Amino acid sequence: MQLTVNGADYPLDDLEPDMPLLWALRDVLGIRGVKYGCGIAQCGACTVHIDGEAVRSCQVAVGDVWGPVTTIEGLGTPRNPHPVQAAWIAHQVAQCGYCQSGQMMQAASLLAGNPDPTDQDIDDAMSGNLCRCGTYPRIRAAVKTAAKALKEV
Amino acid sequence: MGRIGTIARRTFLIGSAAIAGGVAFGVWRYRTPHANPLLDGLPEGAAALTPYVLITTEAITLITPRADKGQGAVSVQAALIAEELDVDLDQVETDPGPPDPAYYNTALSGDAVPFRSTDDSFLAETARTVMDAPMKFLGIQITGGSTTVPDGYEKLRRAGAVARETLKAAAARLHGVAAADLRTERGAVILPDGARLSYQSLAAAAAATDPVTDVALRAPDQWRLIGKPMQRVDILAKSTGTQSYGIDMALPGMVHAAVRLSPVQGGTVLRHDARAAEQMRGVLRVVPVTGGVGVIADNTWRAMQAAQAITLESDPAPYPADMAGHWQTLSESFTPDRQDSRLRDDGDVDKALAGGADIEIEYRAPYLAHAPLEPVNATVLVTDARVDVWTGTQIPRFVQKNVARIAGVDTARVHLHAQMIGGSFGHRLEDQVVRHATELAMAMPGRPVKLTYSREEDMAHDFPRQIAMARGRGQVKDGRIEAYDLGIAMPSVMASQMGRQGLPVPGPDLQIVAGAWDQPYAVPHYRVTGYRAPELAPVSSWRSVGASSNGFFHDSLLDELIHAAGADPLEERLRLCSHAPSRKVLEAVGEMSGWGSALAPGRGRGVALCLSFSVPCAQVVEVTDTPAGIRIDRVFVAAEVGRVIDPVNFEGLVKGGVIFGLGHAMNCQITYADGATEQRNFDVYQGMRLYQCPEIMVRGLENDDKVRGIGEPPVPPAAPALANAIFVATGRRLREMPFDKFVTFA
Repeated sequence: MQLTVNGADYPLDDLEPDMPLLWALRDVLGIRGVKYGCGIAQCGACTVHIDGEAVRSCQVAVGDVWGPVTTIEGLGTPRNPHPVQAAWIAHQVAQCGYCQSGQMMQAASLLAGNPDPTDQDIDDAMSGNLCRCGTYPRIRAAVKTAAKALKEV
Repeated sequence: MGRIGTIARRTFLIGSAAIAGGVAFGVWRYRTPHANPLLDGLPEGAAALTPYVLITTEAITLITPRADKGQGAVSVQAALIAEELDVDLDQVETDPGPPDPAYYNTALSGDAVPFRSTDDSFLAETARTVMDAPMKFLGIQITGGSTTVPDGYEKLRRAGAVARETLKAAAARLHGVAAADLRTERGAVILPDGARLSYQSLAAAAAATDPVTDVALRAPDQWRLIGKPMQRVDILAKSTGTQSYGIDMALPGMVHAAVRLSPVQGGTVLRHDARAAEQMRGVLRVVPVTGGVGVIADNTWRAMQAAQAITLESDPAPYPADMAGHWQTLSESFTPDRQDSRLRDDGDVDKALAGGADIEIEYRAPYLAHAPLEPVNATVLVTDARVDVWTGTQIPRFVQKNVARIAGVDTARVHLHAQMIGGSFGHRLEDQVVRHATELAMAMPGRPVKLTYSREEDMAHDFPRQIAMARGRGQVKDGRIEAYDLGIAMPSVMASQMGRQGLPVPGPDLQIVAGAWDQPYAVPHYRVTGYRAPELAPVSSWRSVGASSNGFFHDSLLDELIHAAGADPLEERLRLCSHAPSRKVLEAVGEMSGWGSALAPGRGRGVALCLSFSVPCAQVVEVTDTPAGIRIDRVFVAAEVGRVIDPVNFEGLVKGGVIFGLGHAMNCQITYADGATEQRNFDVYQGMRLYQCPEIMVRGLENDDKVRGIGEPPVPPAAPALANAIFVATGRRLREMPFDKFVTFA
């Protein structure tokens, strides 16, 4: 068994295939930007991309991963943030920040497939990601800013 | 006994609650500063100028002792110090500092005195000042009660000014010039010839200089930072997945733990069967802990899987097994012998209602989980010499004391390393997870043990918000409210919470009536009575505490009476309002929302006001009754805080507070069946989702001369404003939360 995460290959021969990708990332590979919030796909804090698609990593068995995995660390970095991250910085979206890795991964996936989302599209795509601090108004604004920035790239 | 005598007695009772343990205090002691904890083990050539500023040859570190749970506490504390120190936030490091009495919180005591926050009489001010003394004496280093800003507003600026003037004195001595001829800017002292001496280069000289404590604080028109939009110091890390939280702790040799706890809050486990768990992959140890069983394994998932495989049997709940019993207990608590306080008793309510009331109503508010998104966790390492604890907490000194007691070591040997917190809402005022982690770590000395509660254990054992019931009645005459009588029954949150820390809380619990007895209205006959119900499920402070339920009760009854009188909800509130700052926030939301303008059929507008934590906050909510259910369209909010420190963070916290208040009112409750928590994850504890989020307009008012915190005050008015709007839109009055028991939300 092997995983490709943020462009690097990791052999995982010794791992039970039913371990959720979330825990393989966090506790085995030490990639901790991905967060545990509920374990039942109700909060979205564990959202990562597999082959560019946003998935809840708590619900994907590590043995079933079907493509390269991207986590928040692979989306961009503090020195070179992805346009979605840059928008999150500009709008100062985060309060506690714990859900925001998942929010940004969800937003990046939305914008990759839909460069010009309507308000309804944003509501539909982002409502599975729970924010207990209530940063939703800034999430909406940041998604729109990021959409504009991505079109200008 | 005269009025002064009564107040002195009450004040003493409250004061002695804070000084339980037998310490006494005097003014002389209060005036003696605590020792500066940064002086312990300070490296050669470094200067710890006040407990809040640490300068070494490499770095300037600002100590920000109040915990950051997402409210931006680190940034706001740093900004207050930096304002006077003349540094910018991009030049400094921040550090939560050690648990220490030097970091006492005096602002918390403000809500413990029996004076309305609108009362600025000599007596009220004196009582507040006296209350500060035990807070400082005991060194209660607590984050809570929206106190970080009011507590630090002057103290932290003063710390920055003392450090700045001491650095100038050091530079003056080194260069043989007068300190008065020096100025400071961006982390440097500027000599008369324009040469820049960085603070770091002056560290050693400053350490050998007597602190200059006779400093004057700058006037607001000289401020560079306060009142202007700031970038929070954590925003880059939190936008790139690089912020580390307690749950992300990683140490060499660390092992991972999970717990299986009694389904009953506070239940004792009679027997357990861990045979299956012990055979599971990666399991290192199975260890009984207080109220449950812990599993230590080589990763978190394996520990959680094994914990899940444990079966256990525990004794029955010490509280009613089902909700009917909880409500019945509250229902039976409206009796003279359960009366806890009657701090509002204007006119003659009994006489006014002798002929019967126009309205008699019962209101209910459920238990609620805090449910921050980061499940509680703690990492503990026990060695022969010391115990190290890595966790996020609002009560560092209690944690230190409890870990010391469990581990059987002196408190001084417990080293607490405060971690960033992924949300709290009051959850981290409890420390059960740290106690469990310590019990587990003692079974594996020399290995750091990280305990992470599963979401299910976190929610089932979240010491919830109080359950509460209110009974209201009143009378109207000639289009006006004549009489208002509200009784509130709930268990004492303070007794339950402080009881778990071994502290008795004598005297009335003002949280039983907070957000109700202290509201800024003048009704001719006006009474608010608190009834202390017997202890039920253990409860704890939940964002806005007593006001979270009482704001709904108080304003709902007011709104029902206003409608019964046939008056306009905003006009009648303004007519009754006896407090100028509260009147201004009502006027503000009236103007912002276009109050009085026509709404289409099926739409409704509701207003509510609650004064909590000394902040009057008014909200107007607009809803539409759609075929899919109630949709919340817009919310207009105004709050009076004296001074907005950072408008960006302020606006975010207000909107978050509104969403928190609305979301829980819509669809959240914690209930018990057979003594066990029925809601154990977010599938049945939804809160507000993004698609339901209204447009929210915020205005901060700065008329008061005292500065206040904004973390909690936006929560209490949200639920009543929503209920009042739904009444206008549908004709249906909602008197019990959550509202989705009665209406559907789109």
